[in-house]
Amino acid sequence: MGAGHAHRLYRHGHSPVHGLPPHTKLAAAFAFVVVVVSTPREAMWAFGVYALLLAAVAYAARVPPGFLLKRLLIEVPFVAFAVLMPFVAEGERVDVLGLSLSVNGLWGAWNVLAKGTLGVAASVILASTTELRELLLGLQRLKLPPLLVQIASFMIRYGDVIADEMRRMRIARESRGFEARGVRHWGVLAKSAGALFIRSYERGERVHLAMVSRGYAGSMPVIDEVTADRAQWSYALALPCAALVVCLLGWTL
Amino acid sequence: MTDPVTDPVTGPEAAPVTGAPASLDVSGLAFAYPDGHQALFGVDFSVARGERVALLGPNGAGKTTLVLHLNGILTGGTGTVTVAGLPVDKRNMAEIRRRVGIVFQDPDDQLFMPTVREDVAFGPAAAGVKGAELEARVDRALALVGMAEFKDRPPHHLSFGQRRRVAVATVLAMEPEILVLDEPSSNLDPASRRELADILRSLDVTVLMVTHDLPYALELCPRALILSDGVIAADGPTAELLSDDALMRAHRLELPFGFDPRSVATGG
Repeated sequence: MGAGHAHRLYRHGHSPVHGLPPHTKLAAAFAFVVVVVSTPREAMWAFGVYALLLAAVAYAARVPPGFLLKRLLIEVPFVAFAVLMPFVAEGERVDVLGLSLSVNGLWGAWNVLAKGTLGVAASVILASTTELRELLLGLQRLKLPPLLVQIASFMIRYGDVIADEMRRMRIARESRGFEARGVRHWGVLAKSAGALFIRSYERGERVHLAMVSRGYAGSMPVIDEVTADRAQWSYALALPCAALVVCLLGWTL
Repeated sequence: MTDPVTDPVTGPEAAPVTGAPASLDVSGLAFAYPDGHQALFGVDFSVARGERVALLGPNGAGKTTLVLHLNGILTGGTGTVTVAGLPVDKRNMAEIRRRVGIVFQDPDDQLFMPTVREDVAFGPAAAGVKGAELEARVDRALALVGMAEFKDRPPHHLSFGQRRRVAVATVLAMEPEILVLDEPSSNLDPASRRELADILRSLDVTVLMVTHDLPYALELCPRALILSDGVIAADGPTAELLSDDALMRAHRLELPFGFDPRSVATGG
């Protein structure tokens, strides 16, 4: 992890996209994904246009293509299923390079692959231009239930603390000659996980005590208020609006 | 009370201010946990405004239980706690929590917000302070502990000593009547320990310091209380209590090897 509270997905920069208020970016990314998902899968050209739109945003955000593509790899385990679809789906079949594939399956695979990739690409651009803390402020501003925002915020704060605790427990195990080599050692690992859970639970209680001692009464005080003016909103919403036009054309053409 | 002239270690600024109501007044406080374990059996003491007092005692003496009574986290026993004239009860809980600033032992428990700035702002913001006034409070509190330049850092990336200082700032931002520190010197290296002592000495606030670290108590607090088996077993000048071998032995308190409170208190 680098300096500051930057997370690994974040790419520091001062582009116009970085400068937008977080809640406008969240709303834009969400609307974009909804529009992409509602596009008919037969309108293949529309997905090409979406990809171009995202490329334009990435260019404006000065996110290099290599960076973006590398982070898209996270999608791989999820689309593995899509690759299987042409082989296992029922219905009319076609021969491609000597393989008998299902037409429905091919359309299904294309649907998952195209929509999934576009959604992940939009999220990667959002994550690489918005810091975690800003995302939380944005979610708070978008009126997500405060409890969820608080849980996410504590997860960010204590993720490292708990990972550290886990590391210390591993070192303590190994210092006493333990090495996880097979199924017979899983019991020890499970007990460590249980101990870690109890430690974290107790820490949670102590943190709550510290919060109550400083006047916490059920809701987080608003310390930073994020605001957006009309120009920033229209700038952020340009992406989903353009996508919506494409989507409507996709349905009518 | 210790005469400032014969107490070169702590200096005159720790002298109590007369006239103002006591910062803390505990009388007849007894408490048993729901499982029946009785931790406090009638605790009486009072801390004048501006005093720095050490609360000493062996493990299991009831120190933590006592601390949690000071801001009303634990209630329901008998006896009363009064903070600057205001009794601790349900109606004034918000004001009591503002007046009593508790710094817990593990700074990772105390610092729960993503950045130092937000953490220091948490207390005053919960009390309704906003905008420029809030920023000013945060800046002032961080300046008092010498952590102003770490404002936008996440707590996890600070050293342990720095985190402890920020934990003190989170409480100072609430402008408390009394600062309660739970083992302030634990896990600190000697330099961080000295820095924290300098900071605590520079603050114009009543301090109650719960500790096992007897030299630290002697260095910072002219007066000490010994809590043992749920009662105050001794109350007097720190140097005198620490020099009383029989008393110390009776309450499982031990000085570090080679440390002689008599030579420190008289020789400076």
